[in-house]
Amino acid sequence: MRKKSLVSINDFSKEEILEILALAKKIEKNPNGPLLKDVVVGVLFFEPSTRTRLSFEAAIQRLGGKVIGFSDASSSSIQKGESLKDTILTVAQYADLIVMRHPIEGSARFASEISPVPIINAGDGANQHPTQCLLDLYTILQTQNTLDNLHISFVGDLKYGRTVHSLVIAMTMFNTTFHLVSPVELKLPSAVKIHIKEKQLPYYQYTDLQEVIPISDIIYMTRIQAERFSDPMEYEKVKNSYRLTASMLTNTKPNLKILHPLPRVNEIDTDVDNMPQAYYFQQVKNGMYVRQALMCYILGINM
Amino acid sequence: MESKKHLQVSALENGTVIDHIPQGVVQKVLKILGLEDCTEPIYLGANLESKKMGRKGIIKVANRYFANEEINKIALIAPTATIIEIRNYEIIKKQKVSIPDEIVNILKCPNPKCITNYEKVATHFYVIEKEDIKLRCHYCEKIIKKDNLIYL
Repeated sequence: MRKKSLVSINDFSKEEILEILALAKKIEKNPNGPLLKDVVVGVLFFEPSTRTRLSFEAAIQRLGGKVIGFSDASSSSIQKGESLKDTILTVAQYADLIVMRHPIEGSARFASEISPVPIINAGDGANQHPTQCLLDLYTILQTQNTLDNLHISFVGDLKYGRTVHSLVIAMTMFNTTFHLVSPVELKLPSAVKIHIKEKQLPYYQYTDLQEVIPISDIIYMTRIQAERFSDPMEYEKVKNSYRLTASMLTNTKPNLKILHPLPRVNEIDTDVDNMPQAYYFQQVKNGMYVRQALMCYILGINM
Repeated sequence: MESKKHLQVSALENGTVIDHIPQGVVQKVLKILGLEDCTEPIYLGANLESKKMGRKGIIKVANRYFANEEINKIALIAPTATIIEIRNYEIIKKQKVSIPDEIVNILKCPNPKCITNYEKVATHFYVIEKEDIKLRCHYCEKIIKKDNLIYL
């Protein structure tokens, strides 16, 4: 059995990522079955994240696996002051695999170093959330039939958006052209941009969303949060300029799809939901397939 | 000139001289090299005059030699340091320190939300830029610049 954790998307090579996406495609055709029949997965959510937890639990249960764990730290012995190390080592005695969400950055890396069973990081603070990245990649592949040579626009909060950072870095493996649309205050950090530069890929920065609509294969929308602005006046100025409505989608490429890591607030108007370009709910479903594929891959279960 | 240099280090019969330590960090260099518990004679100098540096520190450790990866641990805090190996009062080897690729258990991660500030675990950084020092934390993956280095 292979024992490999997934803490950061950079832990996996391009070949491994493509292998997991290929497995997800198989699972999508038949998402129910006994692949995880004798498997117990520890699902440890040290902070609540209902969306991610439900996706993992649905993924496990549809393949016949069993779940043990907790959905927030108040219902565990963390309350009594137990260290993360002891919690992981305890659960590892019962479970074949641990899925963990934790507010502290680097917690999943630490857990993967001490745990005798593989760890899947379901989010460690502002650091990594690699299964989100995998499901984004899968959705791009599914809608475009390729990951190569695409024009991808990232819109909204590119500075703090963790999902944006991971996906930008992952897409640098596929000769992407990047279109970065954000308020000046929320531009993509140079620590992420350096990955694009290293691969000498083209990237363009915009403040106007309208400009990228006709040229994009994928538009990846994100939420802009008021608390990210030092000056509330600035937020008021920009909050409605990064909002997608159905009337803006008149002149698009035929293959354009709109993605969003969700939850959305108002950055995609509900009138977009019924447009052929809207794809964010299918994206959610893909999250389940990708997590099913990932768990099988990590446990060395053959299909 | 030659004789003066000879005189400066000849106090050691055998051992290592760590010269050109920046002013004010001699104690930290001792700590990083684990010399606080060393039982061999150690001579410390601080506030010494230096043509190159104005003021400098110096450490002489009798009967101890350091492997490169051991001595390079001090390169972040004492990038100017010169390492001189002495045998039988003679300079056998003289070299500059160089910044290592990884730094383990010397620095504290300045990110207050990093796991290393919560659990008992050795800190671990990758040096991603050596000229204008930039490190990446192995755990929280934050990039740390020169101004934010905190020693344990």
